[in-house]
Amino acid sequence: MARNSKKVAAAETAESMALKQREISVSEFFLKNRHLLGFDSPRKALLTTVKEAVDNSLDACEEAGILPEIGVTIQQTAEDRFRVSITDNGPGIVRQQIPKIFAKLLYGSKFHRLRMSRGQQGIGISAAGMYGQLTTGTSTRIFSKTKGNKKAHRMEVQIDTRANKPTILVDEEVDWIPTFHPTREDGKPGKPIEHKHGTCVSIEMEAAYVRGRLSVDEYIKQCAIVNPHLQLHYSLALKPKEGGKPGAGSNGDPVSSFKFQVSYSRAVTKLPPPPAEIKPHPHGVELGVLMQMLKDSTSRTLRGALSTDFSRVSDKSASEICGRAKLNPKANPTRIAHQESEALFKAIQETKLMRPPTDCLAPIGETAIVAGLKKEIEADFYTAVTRDPEVYRGNPFQIEVGIAYAKPDPKQEIGAEDPVRVMRFANRVPLLYQAGACAVSEAVTGVNWKAYGLNQPRGGLPIGPMVILVHMASVWVPFTSESKEAIAHYPEIIKEMVYGLQECGRQLSVYLSRRRREAEAARKRNYIELYIPHLALGLKQILDLDDRQEKTIVRKLSTMLEKTHLDV
Amino acid sequence: MSKKSVAGSGPETVSKKSAAQKIVGVAGEVHSDIVKKNRKPSMRFPIRSLANVKYDLKRGHFEILNKTSTRTLSYNTVKTFAQSMRLLATTKNDLLDKDDIAGKREVYYNSKSWGECRFNEQPESDALLDDMEAMLAINREQLGYIPEERGGEVCGPLVVVDMDPATGKDIKIDCTKLGTGAWSIPSRVEHLRFQSKAKFILVIETASLFQRLVHHRYYDKANCILVSMSGVPTRACRRFIRRVADDQKIPVVAFTDGDPYGYCNIYRTLKVGSGQAAHINRYFCVPQAHYLGVTPWDIKDYKLEDATHPLEDVDIKRAKDALKNDPFIRHHKEWQAALELMLKLGVRVEQQAFAKHGLNFVLEKYLPEKLKKGKFLP
Repeated sequence: MARNSKKVAAAETAESMALKQREISVSEFFLKNRHLLGFDSPRKALLTTVKEAVDNSLDACEEAGILPEIGVTIQQTAEDRFRVSITDNGPGIVRQQIPKIFAKLLYGSKFHRLRMSRGQQGIGISAAGMYGQLTTGTSTRIFSKTKGNKKAHRMEVQIDTRANKPTILVDEEVDWIPTFHPTREDGKPGKPIEHKHGTCVSIEMEAAYVRGRLSVDEYIKQCAIVNPHLQLHYSLALKPKEGGKPGAGSNGDPVSSFKFQVSYSRAVTKLPPPPAEIKPHPHGVELGVLMQMLKDSTSRTLRGALSTDFSRVSDKSASEICGRAKLNPKANPTRIAHQESEALFKAIQETKLMRPPTDCLAPIGETAIVAGLKKEIEADFYTAVTRDPEVYRGNPFQIEVGIAYAKPDPKQEIGAEDPVRVMRFANRVPLLYQAGACAVSEAVTGVNWKAYGLNQPRGGLPIGPMVILVHMASVWVPFTSESKEAIAHYPEIIKEMVYGLQECGRQLSVYLSRRRREAEAARKRNYIELYIPHLALGLKQILDLDDRQEKTIVRKLSTMLEKTHLDV
Repeated sequence: MSKKSVAGSGPETVSKKSAAQKIVGVAGEVHSDIVKKNRKPSMRFPIRSLANVKYDLKRGHFEILNKTSTRTLSYNTVKTFAQSMRLLATTKNDLLDKDDIAGKREVYYNSKSWGECRFNEQPESDALLDDMEAMLAINREQLGYIPEERGGEVCGPLVVVDMDPATGKDIKIDCTKLGTGAWSIPSRVEHLRFQSKAKFILVIETASLFQRLVHHRYYDKANCILVSMSGVPTRACRRFIRRVADDQKIPVVAFTDGDPYGYCNIYRTLKVGSGQAAHINRYFCVPQAHYLGVTPWDIKDYKLEDATHPLEDVDIKRAKDALKNDPFIRHHKEWQAALELMLKLGVRVEQQAFAKHGLNFVLEKYLPEKLKKGKFLP
């Protein structure tokens, strides 16, 4: 290589290279790879910010047992600048934690546990703040008031990207209470709602607002569907366009001066049951993780470590694993050498174990899905299926599918001639981007919808006035990237989705065939009613009957024919 | 009814009043089904096809058997049922009660005022008319429906006593004094009377041969009445021939093309009637008819081998079908032999084929010889 070649004048030496080798901060890494976090375009940045903040708010409220109320305000401050503020009625954040949560990447409560939640890695909201800081130089502003405290904290923080550490710019106690401004159904403002505790985060950033299927509006609407216990107030204010410039986006309506407000009210007042935290299931652990867990174990024996640090490993199965790996069950787990841990890993995979517990999952539930769909989508037929929990790579997960089918009607929002709309959700979070790369799309196109009475081009989405909702609940949703846009293609997951879709499809086909029968009966009734009067008129003319007798004939014949031909 | 018609004196004429009464009877049954018996009304029709006729040798025509089809009111029949009822009402109230007449096409157009119940195409109303006359067992001419097709032409020593449609006075038509033309048989022939000294009636399929015979006043030479059918004879044509033959007590001889169509459709229909209209065959048949030619044997006898045409698929099918299913053909060995010979030869021969031996060979040689021999097919 270069360092052995004397002909190259500027050859580097190991020493000179060492001078340049230094640690890369995660913040720096993500700054250069912001697409990994969902900040690859101004339009997507706006959505990702709202999404991360709303996810955090919902997680916080649910963990604290509070019925969530969230305000989302988007305000255009300049041509390509927006201020995004999200307010919630969550438990609030204690002062010391605020800077770390909002200005340090990979800081959070959710990464190290196996429990179903929206956020996972602790990157989202601080990445949004970092993006805002990078594009506008402004800092993330936070208000937070915890229960029982009279005053609220106001902070302004920035992230030191090199050190991945927060820089605090403002830190003071202020009078602030979370206030929400609902919009009534007629579009007029309602009475403001105040809460005793909550948090507000506000970030200014370079962004673009475009309406459509990938917009913040759509995200919020879908959020309201899968979180029927959520009350959300959304307000959007755009600045007037200067000099009639073309619209903000290429993929939607050009937006001029505009103010839009809507409130999504609650359909259910019950919080989803809090999901339990579980220990990892041995079948879902990789070798490296296994080694780390053995090293960290507080147990004295290998058997003890297996049965206490993992779920679904009894003393008996722990002994079985040890036997199979030819290891002494009483060996010290920390001293299990590399060679031995590999044997142990193999033995674990070969041992039959109970499936992981599934009480860690909080599905939305069939009733709530139907309620959510009914609330936001006008249709004639709704159905939902919650599948039993299943396992992929030792992680429990649960698939839910909902369907809303509308009468084919050009005036309605759902087109009859278009492919169905697929709404994808992971742990109650709407997934808008990367539909093609998602396991949900593969499952939907893989189902034979023709069998349920819909048209379906080969290998494509079915055609019809229908919305399909697919929700995956899991302690660990396998996304294809850190921006959490598409679910990875695990065969176990796709299989469950297909089963759920088929179950809904069967119910749809029952509904559709009943509707067809009813339409057929109506058609027959019209046909019969068209000709019976003529029959009666003919009889009247021949037999010289009076009007009353004619009416009797019509009445009797209608009853007779309807009885035999129209019984649906 | 059928008893009387055997006599050969023609169908008993049903008075307009009793025809109307029959319609009232049908409607009354439908009405009582609906109102009194509380059940779906139905109408019964005799099945009109060759499968539901037998060749009645004594009467000399196809007689309908008693197979019937029942049309019960249902989703599928409600439209036809309503149309039948309105057609019956029109027939009674507008034709019979008012002593009026209507053509098939007029009936079709008349229905256009019935709203949704109207007929979309004339074949629909034609089919219902056929159903109606079968159901009432009264031919549609007597109900006031006039056929639109021409009835054929007549020439020769026959005086037809017709009447002036306006005054009702007699008009005598001498069928020898029509110049180069011929007399058209009207669509209704029941009122006609005849005077003739002819010895027989010669019925001819094609108009061109008829013209040749008229041109040369063949009827003088043979002392016969000439009738041109122009294909399958219409009801009026059949009825006319029958009435003249009955009235004058003279035989009828038919001369058609020598092909399965000429034998099985034209001649057979003339003599015994059709399967389609079996319910009225007793009026529209000429049992006294016999077949002169052209027979398959004539081909050899008159050296016509090089004036034939090969049988086409439809001819072969028609011949085989008749051998298998036609009660008339199945009754007469002579006809079976004729058809089988024709199938064996594989050719057909036209009336005009005799022109091979000279244009007037047919009237100078063929017809006189055949008539003299007097050997006809039944």
